This record gives sequence, C-alpha cells and structure tokens, in this order.
Amino acid sequence: MVASGNTRFSKNALAATALNRRRMLALGGLTAGAGALAACGSNTGRGDGDGVNLSQWYHQYGEAGTQQAAEKYAAAYEDANVTINWVPGDYDTALSSGLLAGEGEAPDVFESHLNRSMVESGQVVALDDLYEGVLDDFTEGDLARNTIDGKLYGIRMIDDPQFLYYRPSLLEAKGVEPPTTFEDLMAGSAELTTGDVKGLFLGNDDSATKLFQPIVFSAGQTLLTEDNQIGFDKDAVIAGALQVKELHESGSLLIGAPTEAWDPTSIIQELCAIQWCGLWAMPQIIEAHGEDVAIIPFPGFGGGTPTVFNGGWSTFVNAKSPHVEEAKAFTKWLWIDHEEFIQDWCLSYGFHIPPRLSMRESAEALADGPAAEAVRISEEYGWAENPNWTPTMETAVDDMMTNIVLEGNDPEAEFDNAVGTIQTELDSIFG
Amino acid sequence: MAVSAEPAAPEAGTGGPAPRPPRSGRWRTTLAFWYFVGPFLAGLMIFTFIPVLWSAYLSFFEARNTVTPAAEDYVGFDNYVRMFQDDAFRDSLVTFTVFAAFVVPLTFASSLGLALMLNRVRLARAFFRSVFFLPFACSYVVASLVWKMSIFNGVRYGMANSILDLFGLEDVPWLFDPSPPWYWLVIVTLRLWIQCGFYMILFIAALQQIPEQLYEAAYVDGAKPGRQTFWHITLPQLRFSAVAVLMLILIAAYQAFDEFINLIGNQAYARPPLVYLYYTSLGTQQDLGLGSAGALILALIIAIVTLAQGKILGFGKTEER
Repeated sequence: MVASGNTRFSKNALAATALNRRRMLALGGLTAGAGALAACGSNTGRGDGDGVNLSQWYHQYGEAGTQQAAEKYAAAYEDANVTINWVPGDYDTALSSGLLAGEGEAPDVFESHLNRSMVESGQVVALDDLYEGVLDDFTEGDLARNTIDGKLYGIRMIDDPQFLYYRPSLLEAKGVEPPTTFEDLMAGSAELTTGDVKGLFLGNDDSATKLFQPIVFSAGQTLLTEDNQIGFDKDAVIAGALQVKELHESGSLLIGAPTEAWDPTSIIQELCAIQWCGLWAMPQIIEAHGEDVAIIPFPGFGGGTPTVFNGGWSTFVNAKSPHVEEAKAFTKWLWIDHEEFIQDWCLSYGFHIPPRLSMRESAEALADGPAAEAVRISEEYGWAENPNWTPTMETAVDDMMTNIVLEGNDPEAEFDNAVGTIQTELDSIFG
Repeated sequence: MAVSAEPAAPEAGTGGPAPRPPRSGRWRTTLAFWYFVGPFLAGLMIFTFIPVLWSAYLSFFEARNTVTPAAEDYVGFDNYVRMFQDDAFRDSLVTFTVFAAFVVPLTFASSLGLALMLNRVRLARAFFRSVFFLPFACSYVVASLVWKMSIFNGVRYGMANSILDLFGLEDVPWLFDPSPPWYWLVIVTLRLWIQCGFYMILFIAALQQIPEQLYEAAYVDGAKPGRQTFWHITLPQLRFSAVAVLMLILIAAYQAFDEFINLIGNQAYARPPLVYLYYTSLGTQQDLGLGSAGALILALIIAIVTLAQGKILGFGKTEER
C-alpha cells in the first residue's frame, strides 16, 4: 500500500513508492508464490514415520466431510507417509506456484486439469502404465482430456456434469414446458421472471462467457480439431452470441447474486427458477426443495443438440518430485485399485459420477431420479475439456463473448480478433 | 515564507552521522552505516532489484510454467510485440485511465473538502477526524466483500437495491452489467471511502501551517472570508502539499488491483493492467515471459507519467523566496 505511513513528501519517499510499484509488478510470481504457499500450509500432523513422505494437494471441496475423507485415505496407505494439503481459495494459482517450488514445498501428487504446457514444461509424468487392465473402464472423453500426444498424464477422479436445475412446480404454475431449445429457454425465463424471482441464473461474472462452448458443441463443432486447428466457425458462434445478447437484454437473468453459479444458494433461496449448476450440488438442492427438483441439459442453439459440460478433476504426479515412483504407486493404489475409496469419494459427500464405467452401474445413489438423469445426459450430450485449449485461448473467447454480449461491440470484429489470438497461440505452440 | 509541509527530518535508514566520532573510531561510523542501511539494502536487492532484473531477463524468453527458461527459448522482443498488439492489454490501459480520471480528482476534492470542514469544526474534532480516518485501516479485500455482498449485490435484499425499491425502481445488477456502467460507482466509492481520510489528514496538517496573520491581513485589506480567502490564500498556501497529494493519489491508482479482482474478477470491461498481467503470468496461464514484458511496459509508462506530472506540477521544487 503506497500511502500507509508515508507522510513525507521528499523525493526519496516518492522514489520508494515508485519502486514499490515496480516491485509489486515484477515480483508477482515470487511473492505470490511464497504467499500462496505460506497461506496454504496444512497437514495432518503425520509425516515423521519411516519411509518416504509424499504431499498430496486438493482444492477445497465444498461438501462437508471431504477433507476428512481425503485424510482417511492417506492414513490408510502404508507404503509412504502421505500429507494432505487442502488448498482454499484460488487453487490454480497456488498450484502453479507450488509446482515451481523446490523440494519439500511442491506437491508430489495433485489434482488438476491437464494442459499442454504442463507437459511441455516437464511438470507431469506419463501414467500409461498405471492404466494397465482398466483402460476400457474409462470413458473416451475422460481419457482424451488426460492425453497429450498419445500419452496419458492424468487419472480421472470424478466426473462433474453441469446442467440446468429447475423447479417443476414453478414451471407448471406458469404453463412453461422444460425448454429444449435456446429460444424456449429465453421465452420460459421471461415467463418465469417475477418481481422477486428471476427466471434464470447462469452466473454473475461468467453468464456470457460460459455459453461460448455450449454454442460450439451444440452446433456439432469443436474447439480444436484433431490436428489442432480452430474447430468452430464464424456463423455459428456469432448467431449464438447474438442470442445470448438477447437473453441478457431481456431482464430475465439473475445477475449479481451473492454467490457464483457453482454454489446452489440462488436456487435454494428462490432467487431464480432455473439455475446452471453441477451434479455436486444435487444433494443440497434436493434437501431444500425435496421432490420439486429436476434437471435438463443446456438447450441447443440454432436447432443444434443440447449440451452438458462434463467437468471434474483428474490426479497427476509431479515430474520434479524426488519420489516419482512412490508417488505413482500411491496414485495407482488410491485412484485405480482402491475401488471402495473411489466410490466413497464420488458418492458419500456431494454427488459425482465415478469415472469408472463399472462403478456407475452399481452406484445406488445414481440409480434413479435426477441423479440418474444426470448420468444419462452427461453420457449422451457431454463434452470434455481439450488439454490443447490453453487459458490464453479461453481468455480470448471469453473477452469476445463479453464484448459482444455485454458491450454490444461488432461481432465480426470481435470474432476475428479472438481467432487471431488463438491462431497466434496455436502457432507459438505447434508452429 | 516557509509554510510547505516538507519535513526537515532526515530519511530513516540513511543513518546520518551522529556526533562527529574520533578519527580512530571511524570504522564505528562505517559499521553504524551498514547496520542501518544493510537490512534495507538487502531487502531492496532481494525484493526489488533482483526481481526486476529477472523479470527483464524473462521477458526475452518463451517462459511458460518456469522462471528459469532454457537458452533455446530465447525469443528476443517477441513478447513485447505480442503485448503491444494485444487488444486486451491496451483495453486494460484504457480501463485504468478511466479509473484514474474518476478517482484522482474525486479523491483530491473530497479529501480537501473534508479537511476544510474539519479544520473549522470546534466540537468533537478528534472524534470526526478519527471517524473519517478509520476506513483507511480497512483492507481493500474486506471492503470489497462488504461492497460486493452487502451493499451492491444485484438481488432484492442488497442495500443499494433495497433503497431503489423504496422508490419503486428496478433492481440493478451493479457489478456485472457494463451498460450502464454502474460498476464504476461501486469501485470509485469504495476507493474514496478507504483513502479520503488519509489525504484529509495530510491536508489538515498543511492547513494548520498556514499562518493566521495572512487571513488577518487579508481581512484588513477587505477580503471576505470564504471564497475569496480560499482562492487567494488557502489554496496557494497549500500548493506544495496539494501537488504531493495529487501524485500519491495517482500512484495509488496505478496500484489498483485488490478491489478490481475482488469485486469483478477477470472481466474484459473492467480489467486494469495489473489484473490482466496477474492472469497472464500467474493463474493457469503461467506465461511468465509475456507477463514480464507487460510488467516492464507498465513500469515504463508509470515512470514516464509520474516524471511528467512531477515536471509539470513542479513537484519537489523548493519554494521561491
């Protein structure tokens, strides 16, 4: 903070503040890294027994009991002392800094989402050998999202489809059918909007940006083709973006809710009739509204199919760990071999779909009601991340959506601009 | 007449020689010098100069997910070119400029206004001063959460929307709808609330140094208290403090990060350069080479603007006698 205690107006004081400024900028990586590390030190108090010490990192799951469960699994492992680092707040930043840190502070095993740069900078090791005998038990999407250049780097832990929750009673009262097209969704949301309740909640800061991928996948297109070219076209994207703009201007969207859309508070507190959220929140929503809960995939754009984003988490082994082999052995033990732990992790706290096809059939919690529907639509309409789609590319399309939808900028120019950024990024990676 | 707020005390840490030591004890002086300067210098080296130089080094490399890029990743000025061609970065500079255009004059005027008022208050003076100064002790993160979740949330029970309700007006999504750009109201009021008190104290200190005789002389000459004495006595006498305050406000505005990232996050319409660079080099993007190039460009712009402002406003000039 520049002003604190700086009541002298000498040139020196000014120079010092200017340096503060530069320090803040330039030091970003180092100080933030140190701060993040300092802030997220937590452990189970274990780690001084015999043998190897491993550090396993999780982001903070919202569901009660998850941290204890992670610690329970770690404690049950006998071949190494596994310490859990449960990271609240901005996990991606903490993890990025953690992976740059030295021995003792870096994770050995961590959950994340695969990105090509993790492989190119040698942060993760290939885990193909851990998949032996169970490769067929994973969905194609879960394998693809963990594959770079033919090698598997991550093991899927949980699948978290995201879709729309709605209250059937509210729709019936207004005579609205569950929407299957984006036009229906707009009309329905307008119909459901009253003074106190908005029709639809998609998110506060991402209500425009998060619809880019549904537009693309609804049109049967993709982000990047097999040979890493841009996989979507101008007409589909612009038509979809303009519809999203229309939705935003209709006044039937809830914007500025106290929590973001990954949290079910808005539909629970009846701030909206329909909300975008994930499978993880289903137990909470059902607890609040009982039988009066149903789900639909995100309606299709322009006559296309509905879509479901299959989110979730995968686990990785840090290539710079001094104990790569031990870390791989632990990963195989927990996320491949120990099926009752995988089942417990997926179904005992929030709801997640087990990544293993064989476990889905036996999962009672997912056998009927909205949960069964979630499994069905995730398999029928789901798409997964592409590890070659970098955060820079995502920022480019996010900005395009924001600029078209919220700022009313020229769609063509925005599209060309985003595509230009993506192409530059593709050239710098594959060129 | 010396009425500027410039203090005479030497800078802490330079350890000006105390009583002249005997010649044989000169090493003591040297030791004392390093004793005082050493820790400061070490901190400056470790936290400022080395990172700045490292950042400059990184900016010439394709450095993703690493702060120690390999020699073959040298890319020359590519990162600078990419940053200059990057619309999002240029937009962030525009966002910042708009922010400064709002917040600098507003903070200046409100803190001067507060200071003038408090300077005349006779009753419960200390109380009022503390009340206006207290917000300065609040962190931007805490204030952002209060502003975002209690005062300016977009639902019916947010404080601002409850007030609108009383007048039968529609709820406003304050932060997440850029047309009309209500988010500026949220951002600017937050910063005003936090920092006005501090600059107010600076102005009060300066006001108290204006000799009473000047006002008496003016009164004798027939100047009316109020506007006339303000323009012709108070303001000219405040000149040196005012210039310094203006500069501090501008530099503080350049540091805008906390409230933007906590209130709005990574949105194209309200993303100052620091937030953009934060996402470029930290977060998941981890493009440290590109981020460093952006950081250096920004540092350069800040240096130029600050120097230019100092030149134009005559910052640090000693008073003509």
